[in-house]
Amino acid sequence: MSTQQSLPPNPVETLLRTDRMPHIWCPGCGIGTTMNCFARALQQARLDLDKVVIVSGIGCTGRVAGYAHLDSFHTTHGRAIPFATGLKLANPELTVVVYSGDGDLIAIGGNHFIHAARRNVDLKVICVNNFIYGMTGGQVGPTTPATALTSTTPYGCPEQPFNLPHLAESAGAVYVARWTAYHVRQITHSMVEMFRKSGFCFLEILSPCPTLYQRRNRLGDGLEAMKYYKEASVTRHGAPTKEVALSFQGPIVVGKFVDVERPTYLELLNQQLARALEAQYTGCIEEHVRG
Amino acid sequence: MKADPRGVLSGVHFLDGDQACAEGALAAGCRFAAGYPITPSTEIVERFAQRVPLLGGMFLQMEDELAASIAIQGAVWAGAKAFTVTSGPGFSLMMEHIGYAAMTETPCVIVDVQRGGPSTGLPTLPAQADMQQARWGSHGDYELIALAPNSPQECFDLTIEAFNLAERYRTPVLLMMDEIVGHMTERVEIPPAEQIELVPRRYTTKPPAEYQPFAPEADLVPAMVRAGQGYRFHITGLTHDERGYPTTSVAAHDRLVRRLVAKIRNHAAQLTRVEEHFLEDAEVIVLAYGITSRVALRAVQMARARGIAAGLLRPILIWPFLEARLRQLARRPGLSGILVAEINLGQIVREVERCVGAQVPVQLAGHAGGSVHHPQELFEAIVQMAHAVEIER
Repeated sequence: MSTQQSLPPNPVETLLRTDRMPHIWCPGCGIGTTMNCFARALQQARLDLDKVVIVSGIGCTGRVAGYAHLDSFHTTHGRAIPFATGLKLANPELTVVVYSGDGDLIAIGGNHFIHAARRNVDLKVICVNNFIYGMTGGQVGPTTPATALTSTTPYGCPEQPFNLPHLAESAGAVYVARWTAYHVRQITHSMVEMFRKSGFCFLEILSPCPTLYQRRNRLGDGLEAMKYYKEASVTRHGAPTKEVALSFQGPIVVGKFVDVERPTYLELLNQQLARALEAQYTGCIEEHVRG
Repeated sequence: MKADPRGVLSGVHFLDGDQACAEGALAAGCRFAAGYPITPSTEIVERFAQRVPLLGGMFLQMEDELAASIAIQGAVWAGAKAFTVTSGPGFSLMMEHIGYAAMTETPCVIVDVQRGGPSTGLPTLPAQADMQQARWGSHGDYELIALAPNSPQECFDLTIEAFNLAERYRTPVLLMMDEIVGHMTERVEIPPAEQIELVPRRYTTKPPAEYQPFAPEADLVPAMVRAGQGYRFHITGLTHDERGYPTTSVAAHDRLVRRLVAKIRNHAAQLTRVEEHFLEDAEVIVLAYGITSRVALRAVQMARARGIAAGLLRPILIWPFLEARLRQLARRPGLSGILVAEINLGQIVREVERCVGAQVPVQLAGHAGGSVHHPQELFEAIVQMAHAVEIER
């Protein structure tokens, strides 16, 4: 105990619910790494943390909300984005972060993902992609690379996975980046950029699942995954997103692919209503909605 | 607190039930709705979408009912009063989020303008066949509140009541309309704002360090907070302790689920809202709700005109069920039986049977949907029930 007392406090500790530790994530899992980046990004961005809200869905990454010392919502499977949409629109002064996994955001929640991007709701969407359903025991998902083994594709996955940056850009995201759990500085930097940007922002973070994905595919432990990420990653900022599809243990294009300006849903709504209603329109939301 | 006069269209109007419901929501201070179009409920959000921008609120058309029923809960946690509106197929999709609202104690209102089912069924025609789904549709144990209006006026009044009850008990409240009530046009009187009493959200007065999101007050309902106020609270659909933290403790689960149920069930007597006609000397009680109660009243009057002592019991608040009142009536000597008229093949009748047991005969006058009963049909059922007892005697 005395040695612990002599250590300086970890700077991110104030952003964690330390009374909930130890967390549920497996050794070698990358989710905790991304959360560390998240905490540092929040500090770097100098946001009013009382106005930052984190919303998660269900799954391993869905537990992030429960460990973040912020106003935090652990919602239903796939529905973090529509919950966050209601939250953000009813109180625009909040910075609303959606932090969830690939299965949650892209399979069961895929419809909400594309529509929120299309509307350009001001949400910072962080997707930890571990290629698999971890919480339920390693089933195939919409990001599982073709040929990969999972518990429900024991002979190899026959499907083509989503290329998430391409999907996000096509649907209308104004900011799209991808990193791996190896790229901690870059993740933090991208998160800070997202916090400072308005509109639907999307960050994909490839992350090892040593317990299920790595082991079943004989890819070694978390450290092996880090070596793969390090060796296979090529940074190409501005790369056309249609060229950044992933394949089983193939090359990984990382970087910031999209950073454009487009009015947000609320801006467009306000413009439209002001144009249509003229003087009768006294502005949307704010205290009116919150009562 | 009194209603904000800006949202109250005081005066006498000629409105259908759907429009009256929208006005009720606005009068109740609701400034956020999310929905997905579905017949016969759509007119509610159409009117809301037209009116609410002038009051500083918004309607958001979502990509499906799953999204609509959770977007309103996000808005609630931002501090808004919010509702969504649907019909059968959409109501089925909303079940998971009714459970989420029950578990997270999120006050919100969900309107179901019932149509014939199952599945796509009869989109433009009435039914009352979602009544048990309203009670049990989401998985797990919970209680909620459901109301059943029988006129456009009540669509207005009970929408306000629904918002008030949602805030009072921190629970989802369902307004179980039907296609006819939704689409029938009648006189609707909207009172002055100062006559509309609203229940404000029960926000905690404790500072963040002392606040526990799920520590109940004396009536078992915990005080609430909203996002962005520095409380750094956590909300989850997982079983949680008083701090809001997930737990798999059987004891904590027992404590939570029993409280969620008890906070409604313990107040069932206060929650009972009924309309009664000719019950003083009734030999046959017709129990009917929603649109069917109006047909039933006609049948009761026909029976009375022919010397049969029939009466009408109309539950206005359906869930929790009016158990105590029903048991009291069933004990009365001279009662031949209870006839339950509803546009389904036996839903609320099961609840009546459960409450009265073998004390009195209970009979269903069911209808598969697409129309209301013919009053003659109910009249004949009353006559039969009265005579059956006479023959026995």
